[in-house]
Amino acid sequence: MSDLHRQSVTQLAAGLRARRFSSVELVGACLARIEASQAALNAFVTVTGEPALAAAAQADRLLAAGDGGPLTGVPIAHKDLFCTQGVRTSCGSRMLDNFVSPYDATVVAKLKAAGAISLGKTNMDEFAMGSSNETSFYGPVRNPWNPALVPGGSSGGSAAAVAARLVPGATGTDTGGSIRQPAALCGITGMKATYGRVSRHGMVAFASSLDQAGALAPSAADCALLLREMAGFDERDSTSVDTPVPDYVAALEQPLAGLKIGLLREFFDKGLDPAYERCVREALKVYEGLGAKLTEVSLPSLPLSVPVYYVVAPAECSSNLARFDGVRFGHRCENPRDLNDLYRRSRGEGFGAEVKRRVMTGTYVLSAGYYDAYYLKAQRVRALINADFIRAFKEVDVLMGPTTPTPAFALGAKTADPITMYLNDIYTIGANLAGLPAASVPCGFVQDLPVGLQIVGPHFAEARVLTAAHALQRATDWHTRVPRAYA
Amino acid sequence: MALSREQIASIASLARLELTPGEFPVYQESLSRIVDFIGALDRADTTGVAPMAHPLPGLSQRLRPDAVTESDRHEAYQQNAPQVAAGLYLVPKVIE
Repeated sequence: MSDLHRQSVTQLAAGLRARRFSSVELVGACLARIEASQAALNAFVTVTGEPALAAAAQADRLLAAGDGGPLTGVPIAHKDLFCTQGVRTSCGSRMLDNFVSPYDATVVAKLKAAGAISLGKTNMDEFAMGSSNETSFYGPVRNPWNPALVPGGSSGGSAAAVAARLVPGATGTDTGGSIRQPAALCGITGMKATYGRVSRHGMVAFASSLDQAGALAPSAADCALLLREMAGFDERDSTSVDTPVPDYVAALEQPLAGLKIGLLREFFDKGLDPAYERCVREALKVYEGLGAKLTEVSLPSLPLSVPVYYVVAPAECSSNLARFDGVRFGHRCENPRDLNDLYRRSRGEGFGAEVKRRVMTGTYVLSAGYYDAYYLKAQRVRALINADFIRAFKEVDVLMGPTTPTPAFALGAKTADPITMYLNDIYTIGANLAGLPAASVPCGFVQDLPVGLQIVGPHFAEARVLTAAHALQRATDWHTRVPRAYA
Repeated sequence: MALSREQIASIASLARLELTPGEFPVYQESLSRIVDFIGALDRADTTGVAPMAHPLPGLSQRLRPDAVTESDRHEAYQQNAPQVAAGLYLVPKVIE
């Protein structure tokens, strides 16, 4: 039996170049694994098998001729909020169930140009609003480590697909933790870039001052390779930053000795599961053994990050989602009486419960009389949190702590109370508010469930975060563990 | 703070969302709790702090030359539209 699925993005790219196996063989093996797992995991919304096999045959011709890019012939999957030309882009919503994108997102186009082959679109929380993948119109994704548990969200399909080794790597987006939290819960590596580093063009917008793309893969080296190909200036994204992208892969082997690691005091709080904390502290000891210096740092405003987020994100989402009006694309209700009825019923039917809750929360905090009390106030507290991070990075090179308070939880366990669900992102939201690059790296298990170590760096220090993550992965093998059912 | 059914109706109307009767109590309950939750921001002293709209302070919005960069692809775009005629999007009659 083929063991191609056990190989990393880096190994597969090298193996393809050396012609040890063909892209058609590799893509075929991944498609078979996707099909075999779909009933159990529901990780995919759309699988594009035929075009993927055609692209693989083309990749094999390029490779035979000694041509190709850094990812030629390597299969990946895209979170279903990246627009893919000619392929449905649903965003996990009934609203976009019938939407076939007329263009590629910049991330999709760049990975295609690097030679990667998309096998399809991964399931996600509706419009990326959720932390458990239970808000998807297409049903929940299940955690490959235990199908009774959630994979995390909102990039839960991407995380589950990589954890079950259906694809070696996948794209994701992170507005409040949507790459790092599912990466932690599924036992893989997930990296969100600095705000402005990866183009948001063609990424269906949720909260525009927070949204940022990134990669999910088994290892930090894989994320470095994927992110290097995804990142870069794009004139089509007005917040894209025009600075060169360093070679994150080449930076990986830089020595770690002398790295100053700040432990986020606010993250080792009473909400953190003690067994989870033990795994995180073990990983920190590994860093000490590698020559890093640990110091505790305090970010006093950080505990307010969740309430800030639940003003800013819904406010921006209520504005962004105003485009779904039943007129130009997306769901339209039957027999509208008038234009207002068309808007109201198309949106009422097209959006799920959590999306409606956030749109209404945003509408409320932006409405006359409340704007100053909620939205402006939240933006002021956001500035305090940002200042905390800037102060901390004057003393340390990276910040570390847990990615989530607990390992994966049961399906349905937190759906009754939105606040309980929101608090699952308590450790991840800060990096979004400040626009910082951040990763989650596997660092152990609690009762057979993966635990994530979070690494946060200063703006545009992706290479430093990835190098630190890679150093841990040279010293430990947590990132190579695969759920038994998918080994 | 408990939001009334009328407040929920007003928010839903502003957001152009049709709610079913069964949804009203659900959103009354959860939005009230969310409003209480975000009320924690009151505790923060933000005197003299400028609001932060963007995570990369100092970055200004770029301008580009006022030149046509897109080709006409309205037929491709309108393939996703629920109802079009003669290249126009159709909606129910607006002006009587």
